[in-house]
Amino acid sequence: MSLRTSGSARAGQYLALLCYLVFLAVPFLWLLSTAFKPARELGSLHPTWIPRQPTLENFRQAFDEQPLLRAAGHSLTAALAAALIAVLIATPMAYVMARRRGRLAAAATGWVVISQAFPFVLVIIPLFLVLKNLHLINSLAGLVMVYVVWALPFALWMLSGYVRALPAELEEAAAVDGAGRIRTLVSVTAPLLAPGIVATALFAFITAWNEFFFALVLLKSPEKQTLPVVLTHFLGAEGVADLGPLAAAAFLATLPSLLVFALIQRRITGGMLAGAVKS
Amino acid sequence: MTSATAVERSGKERSRHGRAGSGRSGGPGGPGGPLGHGAWFLVLPALIPVLVLSVGPLLYGIALAFTDAQSGRTEPTEWIGALNFRDLAHDTLFWDSFGIGLLWAVGVTVPQFVLALGLALLLNQNLRFRWLARALAIIPWAMPEVVVGIMWRLVYSPDAGVLNETLRDLGLGGGRDWLSGLATALPAVIVVGVWAGMPQTTVALLAGLQNTPQELHEAAALDGAGAWRRFRTVTWPALRPVALAITALNFIWSFNSFALVYVLTNGGPGGRTRLPMLFAYEEAFRYGQFGYAAAMGCVMVAVIAVLLSLQLVGRLRQGEEGR
Repeated sequence: MSLRTSGSARAGQYLALLCYLVFLAVPFLWLLSTAFKPARELGSLHPTWIPRQPTLENFRQAFDEQPLLRAAGHSLTAALAAALIAVLIATPMAYVMARRRGRLAAAATGWVVISQAFPFVLVIIPLFLVLKNLHLINSLAGLVMVYVVWALPFALWMLSGYVRALPAELEEAAAVDGAGRIRTLVSVTAPLLAPGIVATALFAFITAWNEFFFALVLLKSPEKQTLPVVLTHFLGAEGVADLGPLAAAAFLATLPSLLVFALIQRRITGGMLAGAVKS
Repeated sequence: MTSATAVERSGKERSRHGRAGSGRSGGPGGPGGPLGHGAWFLVLPALIPVLVLSVGPLLYGIALAFTDAQSGRTEPTEWIGALNFRDLAHDTLFWDSFGIGLLWAVGVTVPQFVLALGLALLLNQNLRFRWLARALAIIPWAMPEVVVGIMWRLVYSPDAGVLNETLRDLGLGGGRDWLSGLATALPAVIVVGVWAGMPQTTVALLAGLQNTPQELHEAAALDGAGAWRRFRTVTWPALRPVALAITALNFIWSFNSFALVYVLTNGGPGGRTRLPMLFAYEEAFRYGQFGYAAAMGCVMVAVIAVLLSLQLVGRLRQGEEGR
């Protein structure tokens, strides 16, 4: 597309790009700025971008006000467990979806698409009742089960794309050499898929770490709640919020997802492409 | 035949070839191939949780809509037929909320598509700082929705917010309370919705753009087609399937969204931002009306399904006439 772009058009493009950058970056930069501002500056009528007297007080106060560490521990446990289990059960299924064309694969693909349109209300009420009967309300185990199923569509979508990108000839060659079905999967396919599996697991981790709605409904007692739910406690009643600690806690809660996302950014976009090449 | 239609023609052929190429059914897994019965063992670990925790609850949820299920009741739940739906038909609060939901979903989806298309076209150019823009464009994707909501509350904050401060500096007056003003709450929330969904849309459209044939662009440019013409005849036909899919998904996702608005306004002021999801959530988990809330869920799904199929049919017809 870089054909014959005139100077003025180029300038216009840079201007447009700048506008996008401002729109995208401002909220995040403002969060950072607020997190490091002392209460006095937050109360003043003319807030500045750079805090006049930067402080870590908000962070200390955030930890004092809410059990952030415990909540982060719950979030971490739930997200890790959900990511591991999701990948473990999704990989074989994704393999079948990619390599076998039949009713089963078609049904799985159909479910992946339909599940995107699921109205959570319609699913959450029965899930709540089912988990209640199993005494899994208010427990991380119940939440993990929900997260696994919730992460499956995207995991299947990405993983089957990665499988499709592997040449089937490799597996045929292994079969010719006398390796059994399972042997081929474990020692030929799995290692080649590893980077894709890791990326998928990390993505499932992020979605579970960030998830709010199911956690809000399923975890009732405060000492069980995950980080996003605890964050909303800072908002208090009627929206009277202590902005400084709120910003500090929100910033901290975002760091893990941002770090993980930075690791897999390329693979996610690549994975969406790979998944989309089918049909 | 004008050169532009020639370009379009060859583009179509190209994509048909691409499809035929990827549609191979070979490999070790043709029906009855070596994968045969072993496939079930590979599928079961995922299939069981899906059936138990996704398909099952969905059917259970639909069934609940026809019962008087409530939380904390001692008498057994009974079938009441379509009574919930009859009540729902007269529930003006619900339909208000439903209208707000549609307004919000359209208000988010349309600007999101336009903005994301612009950004994707820019990111597809050979500009400096493109890496920075790409990284930034993706950041909202990684953030918890709760944090996005908190972040924008800080931006909109009446005193300590950057929006009012900027307006004050520009001499446009200040002191507006965006999120609790009756007129400003919904637009303010919609802006956040657009912001939060930009990454997925941009990435999808960018992926679509990178699939458009570069040679066709060059050929069209040589024939003297301007930028707009090249977009119409080369880029858009290749991008259309991706654009349709992501727009439909964005619409559904927006209509079903919960956390953002829960954090930003919790449905206020005076219900002006009470999306149907928030409404149904309160009905089910604050008032314990499980059956009634499930009926709301059914109505939401049904209306969305009808709207989407209408839109799809319309687009398809329009596309055929355009040829």
